[in-house]
Amino acid sequence: MSAVATVPVGAAEGPVLVVRDLAKSFGGVHAVQGVSFAVEAGRMLALIGPNGAGKTTCFNMLNGQLRPDRGEVVLAGRPITGLKPRVVWRMGVGRTFQITATFTSMTVRENVQMALISHEGGIWNPFAPARARHVAEADALLGLVGMAEQAERACGVLAYGDLKRVELAVALANRPRLLLMDEPTAGMAPRERVALMALTAQIAAEQGIAVLFTEHDMDVVFTHSDRVIVLDRGRLIADGTAEEVRRDANVRAVYLGSGATSGGH
Amino acid sequence: MKMDRRSFLATASAGVVAVTAPSLVRAQGSGPIKIGEINSYTAQPAFLKPYRQGWELAQERANAAGGALGRKFETLFRDDAGKPEDAVRHAGDLINAEKVDLLSGGFLSNVGLAIGDFALQNKRLYIASEPLTDALVWAKGNPYTFRLRCSTYMQAAMLVEEAAKLPAKKWAVVAPNYEYGQSAVKWFKELLKKAKPDVEFVAEQFPALGRIDAGATVQALEASKPDAIFNVTFGGDLTNFVRQGNTRGLFEGRAVVSMLTGEPEYLDPLGAEAPVGWIVTGYPYAEIKTPKHVAFREAYKAQYKEEPKLGSIVGYETVQAIVAAVAKAGSTDTDKLTAAFKGLSFTGLFGPIVFRASDHQSTMGAYVGKTALKDGKGTMVDWRYADGANYLPSDDVVKTLRPAG
Amino acid sequence: MFDLILTQILNGLASASSLFLVASGLSIIFGVTRIVNFAHGSLYMLGAYLAFTLVNLFGPASALGFWGGVVLAAVLVALVGLVMEVTVLRRIYQAPELFQLLATFGIVLMIQDIALASWGAEDKLGPRAPGFKSFVILFGNRFPTYELLLIVIGPAVLALLWFLFQKTRWGTVVRAATQDREMVGALGVNQRLLFTSVFAFGAGLAGLGGALQLPREAVTLHMDLSTISEVFVVVVVGGLGSVAGAYLAAVLIGVLHAFGILIFPKITLVLVFLVMAVVLVIKPYGLMGKRPVGHVRGPAAAEPLLTPADRATKLAGLAVLLLLVAAPLVTPDHLLLTLTELVIFALFAASLHFMMGPGGMASFGHAAYFGLGAYGAALAVKWLGAPMEPALVFAPFLAGIAGLVFGWFCVRLSGVYLAMLTLAFAQIAWATAFQWVDLTGGDNGILGVWPSSWAVPKTVFYYLALAVCAACVLALRFTVFAPLGYALRAARDNPLRAEAIGIDVMRVQWVAFTVAAFAAGIAGGLFAFFKGSVFPTYMAIPRSVDALLMVLLGGVQTVSGPIVGAFAYAGLSEQLMKLTMYWRFVLGLSIVLLVVLFPRGLVGGFLALRERHGAAGSGAAGPRLAVEGVR
Repeated sequence: MSAVATVPVGAAEGPVLVVRDLAKSFGGVHAVQGVSFAVEAGRMLALIGPNGAGKTTCFNMLNGQLRPDRGEVVLAGRPITGLKPRVVWRMGVGRTFQITATFTSMTVRENVQMALISHEGGIWNPFAPARARHVAEADALLGLVGMAEQAERACGVLAYGDLKRVELAVALANRPRLLLMDEPTAGMAPRERVALMALTAQIAAEQGIAVLFTEHDMDVVFTHSDRVIVLDRGRLIADGTAEEVRRDANVRAVYLGSGATSGGH
Repeated sequence: MKMDRRSFLATASAGVVAVTAPSLVRAQGSGPIKIGEINSYTAQPAFLKPYRQGWELAQERANAAGGALGRKFETLFRDDAGKPEDAVRHAGDLINAEKVDLLSGGFLSNVGLAIGDFALQNKRLYIASEPLTDALVWAKGNPYTFRLRCSTYMQAAMLVEEAAKLPAKKWAVVAPNYEYGQSAVKWFKELLKKAKPDVEFVAEQFPALGRIDAGATVQALEASKPDAIFNVTFGGDLTNFVRQGNTRGLFEGRAVVSMLTGEPEYLDPLGAEAPVGWIVTGYPYAEIKTPKHVAFREAYKAQYKEEPKLGSIVGYETVQAIVAAVAKAGSTDTDKLTAAFKGLSFTGLFGPIVFRASDHQSTMGAYVGKTALKDGKGTMVDWRYADGANYLPSDDVVKTLRPAG
Repeated sequence: MFDLILTQILNGLASASSLFLVASGLSIIFGVTRIVNFAHGSLYMLGAYLAFTLVNLFGPASALGFWGGVVLAAVLVALVGLVMEVTVLRRIYQAPELFQLLATFGIVLMIQDIALASWGAEDKLGPRAPGFKSFVILFGNRFPTYELLLIVIGPAVLALLWFLFQKTRWGTVVRAATQDREMVGALGVNQRLLFTSVFAFGAGLAGLGGALQLPREAVTLHMDLSTISEVFVVVVVGGLGSVAGAYLAAVLIGVLHAFGILIFPKITLVLVFLVMAVVLVIKPYGLMGKRPVGHVRGPAAAEPLLTPADRATKLAGLAVLLLLVAAPLVTPDHLLLTLTELVIFALFAASLHFMMGPGGMASFGHAAYFGLGAYGAALAVKWLGAPMEPALVFAPFLAGIAGLVFGWFCVRLSGVYLAMLTLAFAQIAWATAFQWVDLTGGDNGILGVWPSSWAVPKTVFYYLALAVCAACVLALRFTVFAPLGYALRAARDNPLRAEAIGIDVMRVQWVAFTVAAFAAGIAGGLFAFFKGSVFPTYMAIPRSVDALLMVLLGGVQTVSGPIVGAFAYAGLSEQLMKLTMYWRFVLGLSIVLLVVLFPRGLVGGFLALRERHGAAGSGAAGPRLAVEGVR
C-alpha cells in the first residue's frame, strides 16, 4: 500500500473501501489471488489489466455478486464480505455494468425514480403512483449527468453513450460512498469517453465519492485516475500513480506481452 | 331419417335440432314443447349414439300421433363432453336463453347430480334418464328431479341376489372413481354383507374414469387372491381391464359379478375377447320376444340399419315418459308436470313402468344373466327380467333415505 | 410379497417404455429447437389411430401386417411432424416460449377434431400382436409377453438413440445444437434442415410409442392430453433435453405409478406430481438436465415502454364501465349471465396478466388458483356451513396461501422451466381435488354452492360480481403503476440491475405471484357461487389455457389487454361452440394464427397501429415512439 493521499474536505476519516487478501477460484482456475488495496473518498482508482486478469471477478466480489473464497471487504469500517448485492447497495455502493443494465420498459426518469424509491425503502407500496415520486430529485440527477432533456424517453431506444449516463445517474441515486464502474466507457466514441469520465471525476470530487473503475483505454486511465492498480492473472502487480505504473517494468512486460520480466521473479 | 355417424355427431354437438317444422306448429297458435336434453354425446358415444336414435324415433312417433296438448315436441340436444361443469353451463343456457319447458338427460352420475342441483335451485323439472347413482333420488333427491333407469342400488340388489348364491367369501372390487362407481360399490358391499355376513372384501381398486392402468390394476387385484370379483368399470376402462385380466389369468377359477357388462354397448367392442360366465346386468336384445320389444326392434332396425342397444331403449323410454306426463298434466307448467310425474305409469318396452311418488324413481328393470360367447361375439345367456319394483325399498325405508321428502 | 414387488416393477417398466418413447422425442425436440411441444401427446394419439387403421388394413394376423402397420404409422406421424414444423413452428422459433407452448396447444385442439372426424368418437380396440398374444410365468404370476417386449423396446430405443447421437454426423450435430445453438450456425450446418429433421424424428418416436400401445389398450380421443401431462412430468423430472434423463424418469414414474396402485390406489395421480415437485425443488432443471446457458430467452426480448392510460383511454374505460353498469336495464336475462361470466373472467385474466406481463412470469397453471378460490368457497359452504359472504372472503385466502407456497418454488426458475413448474403445481391441485374424494367429492364436485338469498336475483349477482371484479382489476392496475409494480417490472427487465439497486427480485416476484393467486381466487370464489357448483375441471389444463389466451389475445405488454382479451375470447369461444361441432379445430387454428400473425395481441396490435399513425402525423420523437422502437 502506497502513501495515503490527502483526504478531501468533508469526507470521512480513512479509506472508504479497504480490500484485504481477496481470493476466488473457479474449479481449478485461480481468478483472483490475494488482492489487497484501498480507495479514499473523492478519489478515482483505476483497476487495469489484460483480458482475463480477474478484474470483473474482483468487481463482482466487491458488490456481493460473487462470494470470495478468502479475504475481506470493508466499507467505511464495516465488513461487507459475502453480503448480497442489494444489501451492499444499501450500505452505499453504486455500480454500473460492463454491458449496460437498465429497465427497458421504463423511461429514463423512471429508471432513476426506481432507484430513488428503492433507496427510501418504498418498493412495497402497492398504491401510490410511482411516476409522481422523487421527480425533482430524479431530474436533478439527470441534469447532473446531462440527460435531463431525454428524461421522457424509453431506455430501450437510447444511444449507447446516453445509456451509460443513465446508469451513472441510477448508480448515484443512493448517494453512494463508493462507485464501482465496470468498463464505463466501453463501446463509446473517444470524445464521449473523456466527457463521461471528466463528469464522473467532478461528481466524485464534489460529493466525496470513492470511485473504482476498470478500463481498457489507457488514455482514459492516465487522464482520469488518481491512482492505478494493475492485475495480472489474478495477482496485483502494481499500485501507484499513473506515472509510476506507466514506468513499472512488470506492467510494461504484461502489456507488451513478453512476460520475460515477470517470469524472472 | 337416416344419419351417418358424422352428421349425427355434428348435430349432436351443434346443439339445436328442430325435428318439427316450427312454422307449421306456430300456425296452430302455440309453439312446440321444448325439451332441453344434455348428455355426454362425444365422451360416451357407445351408449349415447343409440340413445339419441331411440330418442328421435320416439319423438317422431309422438309427433306423428299429434304430439300433446295440440303441440309438437322439440328437443334441443347439448353435449356436456362428460363434464359436470359444461352440463351446468348448458342447463343455464337452455333454461334462460332457450326457455325450454324441462331438462332431461345426463349419462354420468356426477353430471346427473349437477343438473339435479341446478334444477332444484332454478325450480325446473329434470328427468334424469341414465345417471345411475341412488343419491339422485335419495340422499340428494329433490322435488324437481325424477329418474328413469334402475339405480346402482337396484342393480346391486339384482346382482347380490346371484352373488349370494356363490360360495365365494373373499371379494375384490374394481370401480371407476366417481359417483357411479362409489355408489355401486357401497351398495354391493352393504347388500352382500347383509345377505352373507361372512363375506369379506380384500381389495379395492378405484381407477379414475377413462384412465385405468389395466396391467398394474389387474396385478394388484390378483395379489389379494380373491374368490370373486365385483366389477363396475365400463367402456374403454372395461375393455382394457378385460384384455389384461384375460392375459394374466385374473378371471380363471374366479366368479366375476359385473354391472352393466351385459349391455351391447360394452360387450360388443370386446369381440371375441368378451368374458364368459360373468354374472351381469344387461340387455340381450336379440332374445327378448315380448311383442312390444319385437315391434320396437324391427322399427329401430328399419330406421337405423342396426340393432338397438340399451341406450336406444333408455332414449326411447325417456321420451315416452315425458309424453305421458305432459298428457297427464294437461300443461307444461313445471309444478303441474312435476305433480304428473309422481306416480306416472305407462307400459314400457320391457314391461310396466311407474315413477314412484315417494322417491321419484321409476320401476324400469334390467336383465340379469351370464355372459357367453356366440359366433365370436359376447352375448347373454340364462337371463331373466328383474322388474325394478321388486328391488326397491319400501316407501317407509325411502323416507329415511331421502331427506327432501 | 416379493413376487408381487418384482411383477409390479415389470409392469412399471412396461409402462415406462411407452412413456419413454414419447418423452425422448419431446426432449430431443426441446434440446435443439427449445420448443416444448404440447402436441406431442396428439402425435402419440395419431400414431395409435393410424396403426389401428393400417394394421387392420394389412391384416393383423400376419407378423408383417402388424409390424408393417406399426412402423408405417410411425413414419406417417413423422411426416405429420414435418408438416407441423414447416408450416407453423418454423415461424415462431424467435417468439417467447409461452407463445410456442400456446401454438402447439392450438395444434392439440386441431388434431383432436381431425381425429374425431376421421375415426369417430367410439373407442377402438386394436388387435393383439401376432406372436405376443400369450404370457409367461414370472415370479409365480402370469406376465403378458407383449409387455415383456415393451420392456425390451425401451432400452433398445435408448441404445439406438445413443448410437445415433454418438456415431452419426447428424447425431453429432444434434448434440452440438442441444449444447449451443449458435455454434451450429457457425459450423455451417443447414439449420432449417436440422430443425425440421429433428422435429420429424421426435414426432416419429411419439408415433411409434402410440402405435405400440395398440395391443395394450383401446385407442381413444382422450389419449393425447392424458399422455402429454404424464410425459411432461417425465421430461421435466428427467431434465429437458436429456434423453437418458427421460428414460430414468420414465422408469421412476412408471414404477412409482405401478406401486402407487398397489399401496395408495386412491392417490396415484397426486403421488406422481408430488414426486415431480420434490425433484424440481432439489434439482430445478431435472435429474439429468443442465441449467440453460445464458439467457433462456434471446437477447432481443427487450420489453417495450409501459405508460399509464392517457385521457382517451381513461374515458374509454369509464364508458365501458358505465355501459356495464347500465347493462341490466336493457339486456335479457341470459345475456346478463354471459356478462357476469365475462366480468369474472376479466378479473381472472387480469390476475394472470399481473404476474405474466409486469412480472414476466409465464404461468401455465393459473387455473389452479382460480379453482382453489372456487373450492375455498365451496368447502367453506360444505364443511363449515358458511353463507356466501364469509365464504367469498375465505375463498381467495386458500388460493393466496397456495400461491405463497407454490410461488416460493416457482420464482426460483424462469422462462419455460417456470411455466412447466406452474403446470406441475396446477396438476397437483387438480389431482388433489380429483382424488381426495372425501374432502372434495372428487369428480362429483361440490354442489349446492348457491348465493345468499339477497344475491340470488341475476341482476343483483351481476352487480356484485361487477363491483368486486372492477374494484380488483382497478386495484391491480393501480399496483402496476405503483412502486411495487415498478419494482416488479424492474425485476423482469433486468434482474441484475434490480438487485444492484436494492430490489429483492425473488421476493418481489414472490409477492406478485401471491397477489396474482389471491386475485384469481377472488374470481374463482365468485364463479363458484355464480355456477352453484365446483368441479376439478375448474383447475384443469384447458382452463389455464383459457386464461393465457385471454391475456395473449389482449396483449401481454398492455395493462388493459387482458380485459379486452377476456371479453373477446370468452365471447368468441361461446359463439364458436354454438356454431360448429368442430369448434376445437377452429379455436386451435385461431390460436395458431394469432401467435404467428399477432404476437403482441389485439391491444398491442392496435397500439402499434396508433403509434405508426401518430408518428407519421407529428414526426416528433415523443416518448410513445418507444413502443414502436422495440420489437
